[in-house]
Amino acid sequence: MSAPGASEKEVWPLWEVFVRSSRGISHTHVGSLHAPDATLAVRNARDLYTRRNEGVSIWVVPAEAITTSDPDAKGAFFESPAGKNYRHASYYSKSEGVKHL
Amino acid sequence: MTIPPVPYDIAPSPAAGVSPEEQQFNDLIAADSRIEPRDWMPEAYRKTLVRQISQHAHSEIIGMQPEGNWITRAPSLKRKAILLAKVQDEAGHGLYLYSAAQTLGITRDEMTDALIAGKARYSSIFNYPSPTWADMGSIGWLVDGAAICNQVPLCRASYGPYGRAMVRICKEESFHQRQGFEILLELMNGTDEQRAMAQESVNRWYWPALQMFGPPDDDSPNSAQSMKWNIKRFSNDELRQRFVGMLVPQAEVLGVTLPDPDLRWNEEKGVYDMGEIDWTEFHEVLQGRGPANARRLQRRRDAHENGRWVREAAAAYARKQAAKLTETAVA
Amino acid sequence: MSTPSRTDAGTNATSAPDRGHDHGENEGHGEGHGHVEVDGVELSAELVEGPSVASHDVAEYALWLGDDSLVLAQQLGWWISRAPELEEDIALGNIALDLIGHARSLLHYSGAESNRTEDDLAYWRTEPSWRSAHLFEQPNGDFAHTIARQFIAANYLFELYSRLAGSADATLAAIAAKAVKEVDYHRDHAAQWVLRLALGTEESRARMITGLSDLWPFLDELFVDEPLIDRLEGVAVRPSTLRGPVEDAMAPVLREAELDEPRGFISSGGGRRGDHSENLGPLLAEMQVLARAHPGASW
Repeated sequence: MSAPGASEKEVWPLWEVFVRSSRGISHTHVGSLHAPDATLAVRNARDLYTRRNEGVSIWVVPAEAITTSDPDAKGAFFESPAGKNYRHASYYSKSEGVKHL
Repeated sequence: MTIPPVPYDIAPSPAAGVSPEEQQFNDLIAADSRIEPRDWMPEAYRKTLVRQISQHAHSEIIGMQPEGNWITRAPSLKRKAILLAKVQDEAGHGLYLYSAAQTLGITRDEMTDALIAGKARYSSIFNYPSPTWADMGSIGWLVDGAAICNQVPLCRASYGPYGRAMVRICKEESFHQRQGFEILLELMNGTDEQRAMAQESVNRWYWPALQMFGPPDDDSPNSAQSMKWNIKRFSNDELRQRFVGMLVPQAEVLGVTLPDPDLRWNEEKGVYDMGEIDWTEFHEVLQGRGPANARRLQRRRDAHENGRWVREAAAAYARKQAAKLTETAVA
Repeated sequence: MSTPSRTDAGTNATSAPDRGHDHGENEGHGEGHGHVEVDGVELSAELVEGPSVASHDVAEYALWLGDDSLVLAQQLGWWISRAPELEEDIALGNIALDLIGHARSLLHYSGAESNRTEDDLAYWRTEPSWRSAHLFEQPNGDFAHTIARQFIAANYLFELYSRLAGSADATLAAIAAKAVKEVDYHRDHAAQWVLRLALGTEESRARMITGLSDLWPFLDELFVDEPLIDRLEGVAVRPSTLRGPVEDAMAPVLREAELDEPRGFISSGGGRRGDHSENLGPLLAEMQVLARAHPGASW
C-alpha cells in the first residue's frame, strides 16, 4: 500500500518530501507537494520547504512509490518486540554501577 | 485508502457491540494520543476533518487576495517584500493543509473544484474588501491574530497530519501578526491622515475578526463533538474572550480605539465584557451576500483555468520523458 | 509586541515547538494554550552594504541594474495568487523576493551619493529618470510570456553578475556575489519551464513560441554600450561583452526544447537614457500611487 494521499486521478501526482535540516542529521519527512515530475518536485520542495533556511539537502519520493506496512495488521505486525526486554541495556541490572559498561 | 462504511452513531460511548477497531479509536482519543491516516476512524470523524481542513486550506488560498491586491502598491520596498513573503506563506499554508486533507482520501484537485464551483466554504472574513493600506495592518493584527488564537490549540488536534501541518503554519505565522501590528504602529505614529486611515480600518475589521471564532457556543452545533474528538480544544466563546483580552493592551500601545463602546473589564469574572456581535451580518456574508464573495471566487477560478494548459503541458512532458526512458532501457 | 516573553495567553507572540506531539505534553492546559517565544533566529543582513560611497557614475550604473530588478520584481509580484498551481505561486514569489532584495541593495548604494534612500529612488522618480531596459518592462502576458522574459532576463543577469562579482568597486562586487547565486536558480527555473512548455502539448508549444518571439526583440538592448560604460572600466561590465555568453547559455536550452532563435523585430530600446516602453508609465503609476499621496510619510 502506498503512502496516504496518493491518487491516480490527479494531473500532477503527489510527492513526499524529506529534508536534512543540517549536516549530521538524517532526512526527515516534512510534508508533501504536487509536481509533474521529479525534476520539478525537488525544485518545488526547495521553494516550499526550505525558504526559511530549513535544509541543506532534499529527497522527494512519489507518494505511490512508498510501500507501507499493512495498516490493518498493525497490532500483530508490531507485537513481537514486546517481552524481549533483553534487547535493552536497562534489562541487565546486576552490572549496574560497574564503570564503563 | 478505503474507509469501512460503518454507520457511526455520533457519541463514541463504549457500549456493547463496539468493534475492536472502534474501541482502539476511542482508547486513542481518551488517552489524548493521535489518529494517523490509515487508522480506522468513524466516518463522521473523517468527514468533520475533511470539511474543517479543506475549509481551512481554502481560507488560506482565498485569503491571499485581499493582501495580494496591495503587493504592487506597497508604499516602501521593505513593505513590498514583507507583504509578498506573507502572501507567499499563505499559499504554502494552503498547500500544507490540502496535503493533510489529502491523507483522508480526497484529492487537492477535488477540493479545488469544489471551491471554484462555489460549493466549499472558507472563512467569511476574506469576503471583505481591502480598500486601504491600513487594511494590511488590520488584517495582520486582527485577522491573523484571531487565526493564531484558533490555530495554536489545533497544533494538538487529534488527527496527526492536521496537527503537524498546524505546527508548521504556526511557526511560520509568528511574523504575520507582528508585521501587521507594526504597519498600524507606523501609521499611528505618522501624519493625521495616516492615523485616521489606521483607525478607520480597525473599525471595519474589528467585528468581523471577532466573528472568525464562529457562532456563540450555544449556537455552534458541531463544536461539542469536535471537542470530544480532541480536534477542537477550546470553545468559540473561550477563544474569542481570550483574543479580546490580548487586543485591549495592544490597542493601547497602538493608540487605536476598539470600536465597541460596551467593552470594559469585568473585575468579578476576570474577563472583558463585550458588546453584542451582529450575527445577522455574519450569516449574510456566509450565505454569499458579502461585499466580495463573487470576486474572490472568480479570481481563484480564473487562475485555475488560465493555468490548466500549463499543468497539462508539464504532465504531458513528464509522460513523454518517462516513455523515452523506457525506450532507452528496452533498447 | 509589548510583552513578548510573558507565558500566559496574554501575548500574541506565538510560536509552535518543533514536534507536534510533544506540544501537547509541554503545553500548559487551560489558560496557557500555546508556546509564546518567537524563534530566536540569527538574522542575516537585509541589504548588501559595502565600504564605499558610489561616485556619480557608479551611482548611475547601480541605478541601471537596480531599476531592472525592481521593475521585474514588480511584475512578478502580480502573479502571486494567480499562478498555474500553488507550487508555482511560491516559486515565482521566491524569485520576486530575490529581485526586490537585489534592487534594494543597488538602489540603496546608488542613492547614497545624492542623499536619497532606496524608497526616494523607487517612489519619487518620474518615468524619464528610470533606467530600466525594455525587456524588464514587458507585460506578464500569459505564463509563456512570463517564462520567456524570465529565461532571457535570468540568463543575462547570471552572466552579468558572474562578472560583476570581480568588479573593482567593492560594493557592487559584494552585491553581485550574492545575487549571482540567486539568479542561477532563476535561470534553472526558467529553463525547466521552457522545456516543459515547448515540448508539452501542442497548445503550450504554440504559446511558448509566441512568448519567445514577443520578448526576443528586447534582447539586443541589453548589450548596448552607453558612454557611461567607457568611464567605468574595471567597475562596470561592458554590455557588449555579454552577448556571446548569454546567447551561448540560452542556446542548449533552445536546442533541447526544439525552438529556433526568433528572427524578427529588434527593438531600439533606450531605457538607459530614459526612453521607455509604454508599459513603464502605468507600472510606475500603480507602484507609486500610495507613497505619492502621502509626501514625507513614513511606512
